[in-house]
Amino acid sequence: MSVRDVSCASHLPAWGIVGTLTVATVLLAVSASLVGAYPVSLAEAARIVFRWLSGTSNGSTAETVLLEVRLPRIAAALLAGAALAGSGAVYQGLFRNPLVSPDILGVSTGAGLGAVLGIFLSLPIILIQGFAFIGGLATVAMVYAIAAAVRGREPILVLVLAGVVISALAGSMISLLKVLADPYDQLPAITFWLLGSLSSIRPADVWSVLPAILLGLVPLVLLRWRINVLSLGDDEAKTLGIEAGKLRIIVIAAATLMTASVVAISGVIGWVGLVMPHIARMLVGPNFDRLLPASMLLGAAYLLGVDTLVRTMSQVETPLGILTAFVGAPFFLWLLARGRHGWE
Amino acid sequence: MRRKLVLIIVLFGLCGIAPLKAGEVTDSAGRTISVPEEVNKVFASGPPASVLVYVLKPDALTGWPRALRDNEKPYIAPAQRELPELGRLTGRGDTANLEVVLKVAPDLIIDFGSIRETYISLADIVQMRTSIPYILVDGRFEATPTALRLVGNALGVSERGERLAQYTEKLFADLDATLHAIPEDQRPRVYLARGPDGLETGLKGSINTEIIERAGGRNVADPGDADIRRGIVQASMEQVLAANPDTIITWDRTFFETVWNDPLWAKVDAVQKGRVYLSPLLPFGWIDRPPSLNRLIGLRWLAGIFFPEHFRQDLRAQVREFYSMFYHVDLDEAALDTLLAGARGSRPQ
Repeated sequence: MSVRDVSCASHLPAWGIVGTLTVATVLLAVSASLVGAYPVSLAEAARIVFRWLSGTSNGSTAETVLLEVRLPRIAAALLAGAALAGSGAVYQGLFRNPLVSPDILGVSTGAGLGAVLGIFLSLPIILIQGFAFIGGLATVAMVYAIAAAVRGREPILVLVLAGVVISALAGSMISLLKVLADPYDQLPAITFWLLGSLSSIRPADVWSVLPAILLGLVPLVLLRWRINVLSLGDDEAKTLGIEAGKLRIIVIAAATLMTASVVAISGVIGWVGLVMPHIARMLVGPNFDRLLPASMLLGAAYLLGVDTLVRTMSQVETPLGILTAFVGAPFFLWLLARGRHGWE
Repeated sequence: MRRKLVLIIVLFGLCGIAPLKAGEVTDSAGRTISVPEEVNKVFASGPPASVLVYVLKPDALTGWPRALRDNEKPYIAPAQRELPELGRLTGRGDTANLEVVLKVAPDLIIDFGSIRETYISLADIVQMRTSIPYILVDGRFEATPTALRLVGNALGVSERGERLAQYTEKLFADLDATLHAIPEDQRPRVYLARGPDGLETGLKGSINTEIIERAGGRNVADPGDADIRRGIVQASMEQVLAANPDTIITWDRTFFETVWNDPLWAKVDAVQKGRVYLSPLLPFGWIDRPPSLNRLIGLRWLAGIFFPEHFRQDLRAQVREFYSMFYHVDLDEAALDTLLAGARGSRPQ
């Protein structure tokens, strides 16, 4: 199937699916804002939002819960899901491999190492997040630099292998810090961070990652057609007049920026970036033009759904990363058993 | 059956190597262990045991699981301040090397904590491989007097063990007498805030909050009857706001300093009333870390916070008495000030 075929086939239904996903995500977000540990009724929520829109406040606890705790968390879940699934879709196309997730070049492990180092040094939360963000970016930059220095005949293979090696190295450095950490307070904090959670999201977190995610998203949207070409392979891209190497570095940088910024506030959340692009591809096909919005919407809705489950299911919060794996892993196995339908 | 066999081998081993006069000790796991009459060197298998040994017979302690930090040293007797770091034997992350244990050549190894099959088998294995007697002591808070007597006896300081056990029993009895008169719904609703954002907590019934509940506090992190493992969990700000505790206990200085100016925490009763208390941590924590005898002074402190009318306490005098009696140090005013900073809570200005 060539690019041209894909873009023409089933044009309308695909956009219809994207529209339906948008509506479903909005509805999910509205209903998620009405459930939680602190009871806030629909009427009360409407009054609070109305007051907020008119710029007044009555300082009630319900208002704090809705505006300062619940809505930021919902926004963070939407952003994180969208960013992870979006970068997953990009990477799967880029590496021409359906088993690729956004962590393939070590962004999560690198961010994890940064955050663990921050916890180990007992830094304030804002610096822990900063360390995680920089750790993620630096790791991918290092992987790319190594791959560029090696200059193998298979640039993608070298890139993936460098990612695996550097990830493993960062992983063992995390283990070393765990051994050295204070077992009474640092070790639990490290464990929770590495399992991912949105429980301590604050409005400031959302405002600080939003620009980074948009910054990463803009090149992906602008370059969506070229990314399609890239997924055909370097030689094909060259015959179509696209320099694969240059394009790849921009796309990797954009996807890494998106992933690193959400991982910095949410911790490591697996499976969203791996599984959601697959479902999106089954729904709208492999054309990146529609695959990107569909993946992002699915990722946003999925992560919001799981996080809402996490925070309402019981008194105790199950770390988000555990639940996404419990749902994601069986689904992925099912996909494998079903064959690679929807990819080819 | 296998354990008996191991024991027999060990006993034979002991007979061969150490023809000292041996006394027998039955440890908390029901194992009968031969212990030399005079125990001068003890290897503490982990942080809780090191506190227990240090309290009962400081001269017998051969090292700390982790070297003391500079700010902890003034609260420890001079002779034990510079003891080497020997690592820990218990748990999966063993950091003590059996060769190190053999080099130290202790007369006895003591483990103080939960009595589980894992630890029993570890004790048997270490004892078999090193021929050093290894006793397990039940570390549950309620069992503290028993532990003091048992280990006091094993170390040849039964009088001291008895005296400290009686101090502990009196503390428990005083508390029980007071709590008896206070109905459940008049007891404070307490949240243990851990981590720099205060959103890690210990569930009701976990070892981390054991003494908060023992002191009569109602832990708001209560999962009901759910049959889950009780331990440290993450809470969300919304859960904290919904639970609205009237007392917050923390040991995290960052959290304690920022909580007063935080717009979200400002909605919580405890913060509005200035009832956020910073647990002292020197030389050992008062709430937990490690779960050992150090919690006794924490219990007394918490009882005073929870029920000020019933426990009109002179905290400084009590702390000075406890530190002298248990930790072998006489604290001066400056050391007390450093220790107790934040222990009385504070009021937002």
